[in-house]
Amino acid sequence: MYEIRIHSRGGEGGVTAARLLALAAFRDGKYATACPFYGAERRGAPVVSYVRIDDHPIRVYSQIRNPDLVVVLDTSVMNVVDVFHGLKPGGTILLNATKVRNVPGHRSYAVDLTGIALSLNLVVAGSPILDTPVLGALAKMGIITVDSAKRAIAEMFSDERNVKAAEATYQELVV
Amino acid sequence: MTKIPKEEYILKSTSACAGCPSSLTLRYVLKAAGPDTVMVVPACCTSVIQGIFPNTAINVPVYNVAFAAAAACASGMSEAFRKAGRKTNVIVYAGDGGTVDIGIQALSGAFERGTDFLYICYDNEAYGNTGMQRSGSTPVGARTTTTPGGKTHAKKDLDAIVAAHNPPYMATACVAYPQDIFRKVEKALSIRGPSFIHVLAPCPPGWRFSSDMTVEIGKLAVRSGMWILYEREYGKVAINAISKASIRKPIPLEEYLAPQGRFKGISRQAVDTLKSQAERMAKRLQLEEAGTC
Amino acid sequence: MLTVATGNKAVAAAVRELRPAVIAAYPITPQTEIVEQIAEYVTSSELDSRYIPVESEHSAMAACIGASATGFRTFTATSSQGLLYMHEMVNWAAGARLPIVMANVNRSLAPGWNIWAEHTDAFQERDTGWLQVYVSTVQEAYDTTIMAFRIAEHQDVLLPVMVNLDGFLLSHSMQSLETISLGNFVPPIQLPHAIDTANPAGYGMLTGPDDYFKFRWDIERSMRQSVKVIDETEREFARRFGRKYGVAEAYRYQDADVVVIAMGTLGKEAEVAVDILRKEGMKAGSLRIRWLRPFPILDLAGRDLVVIDRDYSFGFGGVIAESMKAKFRVDPYSVIAGLGGQEVTYDDIAGFIRDRKPGEEHWFGVNGNV
Repeated sequence: MYEIRIHSRGGEGGVTAARLLALAAFRDGKYATACPFYGAERRGAPVVSYVRIDDHPIRVYSQIRNPDLVVVLDTSVMNVVDVFHGLKPGGTILLNATKVRNVPGHRSYAVDLTGIALSLNLVVAGSPILDTPVLGALAKMGIITVDSAKRAIAEMFSDERNVKAAEATYQELVV
Repeated sequence: MTKIPKEEYILKSTSACAGCPSSLTLRYVLKAAGPDTVMVVPACCTSVIQGIFPNTAINVPVYNVAFAAAAACASGMSEAFRKAGRKTNVIVYAGDGGTVDIGIQALSGAFERGTDFLYICYDNEAYGNTGMQRSGSTPVGARTTTTPGGKTHAKKDLDAIVAAHNPPYMATACVAYPQDIFRKVEKALSIRGPSFIHVLAPCPPGWRFSSDMTVEIGKLAVRSGMWILYEREYGKVAINAISKASIRKPIPLEEYLAPQGRFKGISRQAVDTLKSQAERMAKRLQLEEAGTC
Repeated sequence: MLTVATGNKAVAAAVRELRPAVIAAYPITPQTEIVEQIAEYVTSSELDSRYIPVESEHSAMAACIGASATGFRTFTATSSQGLLYMHEMVNWAAGARLPIVMANVNRSLAPGWNIWAEHTDAFQERDTGWLQVYVSTVQEAYDTTIMAFRIAEHQDVLLPVMVNLDGFLLSHSMQSLETISLGNFVPPIQLPHAIDTANPAGYGMLTGPDDYFKFRWDIERSMRQSVKVIDETEREFARRFGRKYGVAEAYRYQDADVVVIAMGTLGKEAEVAVDILRKEGMKAGSLRIRWLRPFPILDLAGRDLVVIDRDYSFGFGGVIAESMKAKFRVDPYSVIAGLGGQEVTYDDIAGFIRDRKPGEEHWFGVNGNV
C-alpha cells in the first residue's frame, strides 16, 4: 500500500487533489481511497487529506501515520503543522515551491504549482487552483500515469486549462 | 464622531476566515457591550470562530447552544439574571439560518414575552458554517450549494417579522459601518426589553469575492439601496443619513452584484426582481418614517 | 458504471435511481454533500423530485411524513443534532407506518460541538420502530440505500429505514463505486393506507387504551416480518447484481477463538487487526454488525468476544455490548472507543483483542484518568 498525505489550507483544493489522485489511481486499475480531515467549512484553515493506493481492497480508515509521500500545497502551513511527521525513512516530499527544500534522508521535489496556475489564469475567488496542476507532478513522479491524470481531471472539470496546468507541471518537474 | 473604547474582547487567533464580517462586527458589538456581558451562540460560524477547546478567542462568557434554541436559552438566562438583580447584558449572536429558519420559533417567543435581551443576527445570506447552503435569508438569484441555478424564492423579510412583535428597539446595520454598529448596540442595551439588530455580513468564501473586499461590498450594498440602514424605536422609523442619500441617488444595483461570484449569470428577471424589492422596501420605510402608514 | 465516489455522493446517486417524489432536507455537517448533490441533480433535471429546503430537521421529517402519507416515495438525510431535533417526528414516521428512507451520517452529540464519527446519535432512535442498518464502504452505502427502499416499501414491512454511515470516515471518503441499472428491483410504491379523497379516513386520531397497544404490536409484528424481507431482498440483490451482504459480515470467523465485534468503518478496519493477529498465531475473527434493528440473531457460543462500542448509554454501558449480554448470555470484553471521532487504528484494535478481560469495560484513552 502506498500512502500519501496532502497538506494545504481550506479553499486551495487539497481535498480535491486527493480525490483526483484517487480517481486517477483507480483509472490505472488500482484500489484507492481518499479522505480529508478538517473541521467545519472554513477557508484558510490547515487541512490534511489522505490517499491510499493499493493492489488490494483498502480496509483502513484511520489516519495515515507513516506516509510514503508528503505533498505540501501551501508551504505557509509548515509554520503551524509538522508536515513531515511520521514520514517513512526514505520517503518522498513534494512542495509547491520554486526551490527544492533539502530534507536529509528523503527525496525532495519542488514545483511551482502557484506560478503555473497563475500563468494560465487558473484562479477562483482570488486563489490559484492547485489541485489539477499537482496531478501532473504526481504523474511525473510515477505515482499515477499521465494518461489517467489527464483523464481524471477531464472527468471532474470541463475547463481545459486544468489539463493544460497538469501538462505544464509534468513538463516542469525534474525527477 | 463616536468614541470607541480601546479594550478588545476578540483576542488574537480566532478561527475566522480572512475577511470575515462576523468577527469584525463582533469586535464592535463587544466594545459597546463591555465585560458585563454573556453571549448566547447557536450553531453558526461564530461557533467555530471562538476556536477549539481548550482555548477561546472571545473574552466574555460565551454560552454555546443548539441551533434552534438561542433565543429561548437567552430568555431563561435573562430571567435568571434579572431575578438576581443583575444587569448583565444577554446578547444572542446568531447567523441568519439560526434566526430566520430554525431559530424563528424561539425568537418569536422571546420577543412576544418582552424578554430583556439583545438579539443580533449577522446575515451572510446562507448557511455559512456548513458550506453555504441556501437559507430563508438568501436573496433571489443567488447561487448557493443547494440553489446551484440561483434561488427562486425571495429573501424572507426578517425585519418585518421582528417588527410585528413591536420591540422597543430594532435596527439594521452593516459591517462596513462599524461606528454605526457600536452606536446601535449601545442604544439597544440601554433600553429594557427585547431589541434586535440585523447586520449585513458579506462573506468572502460564500459570496465569492476576495477576502480584502468585505467592507467595500458592504458599502455597495448600502449605496445601491439593496440594504437600508434604519432604526425603529418604539415603532417610529428613522432612516439613517447614508441610506437616505442612497435611496435618493442609488448606485446601479449591477455594481453591487458584479463583484460577487454568487450572482454570476444572474438572469435579467432576477435583477429586476431584486431592484423592485429594494424600491418597495425603501418606499415603505419612507412612508412609515413620514407617518403616513 | 464504474467510478469513484464519496459515501455521501454514493447515497445521493442511489437516491437518484429510486426517484422519490419528494425530498425534504436541512443541511448539517457531515451530511451536506448528500443534500447538495441531490439539489444539483434536481436543478440539472437528472432527478425529477420535488426538493423542499425546509427550515429545520423537525420540519424535514414532518414534510416527509406528509409526502409519504399521500403514497409517494420520500427521502431525507441528517446527522447528530439534526436527528435528535426530529426525534418526535422520527417516532411519528414509524408509528404512521410510512416507508420513508433516511440516510444518517453518524456524528457525536453536543456539547461540545464535535462533528466527527460516533454512533450514539442513531442509537437514540433505536426504540422508535425504524429499521436501522450500518454500512462500511462506499459501495455498501450505495447498494444498501437502494435495498432500503425495497425493504421499507414491502407490504410485510411498511416501516421506515435508516441507513447509517460514519461521519467523515465514510461520508467524505472516496472509494470505488459500481452503479447499477435498477430495472424492476424496486417495484413502484403501493401504500395501502395512502390518503385517498375517494375513501376518506382519519389518520393518527385519538386512540384509547383499549386500542393503542394493538398498533404498537402491529409495528413489532412487521419488524419481525422484516427479518425475512431483508434476507430475501439481499439474496435477490446478490442474484441480480453480484454483491452479497447479510445481517452481519463475518471475517475469518468460522474457526476463530476470539471475535471482535464492531459496526461501521471500525468493523471493516477490524479485519486488518484480525489479519495481524492471525499472523501472530492467534485465531482471531471479526463480525461487523450491519442490521441493528431488527436486532440480529448471532451464534456467538464458545468464543471470546471483544465488543467495540462507538457509543455509550450513560449509567448502563456500551449499547452493543449490553445488547449482546442481554440477548445471547455472553460475557464480552466491552471497549468504548471512537467517541467524537477519537482515532482508533487497526493496531489499537489488535491491542484490545490481545489485552482482553472478559466481563470488563474499558474506556479507550481514559484508563481510570482523563
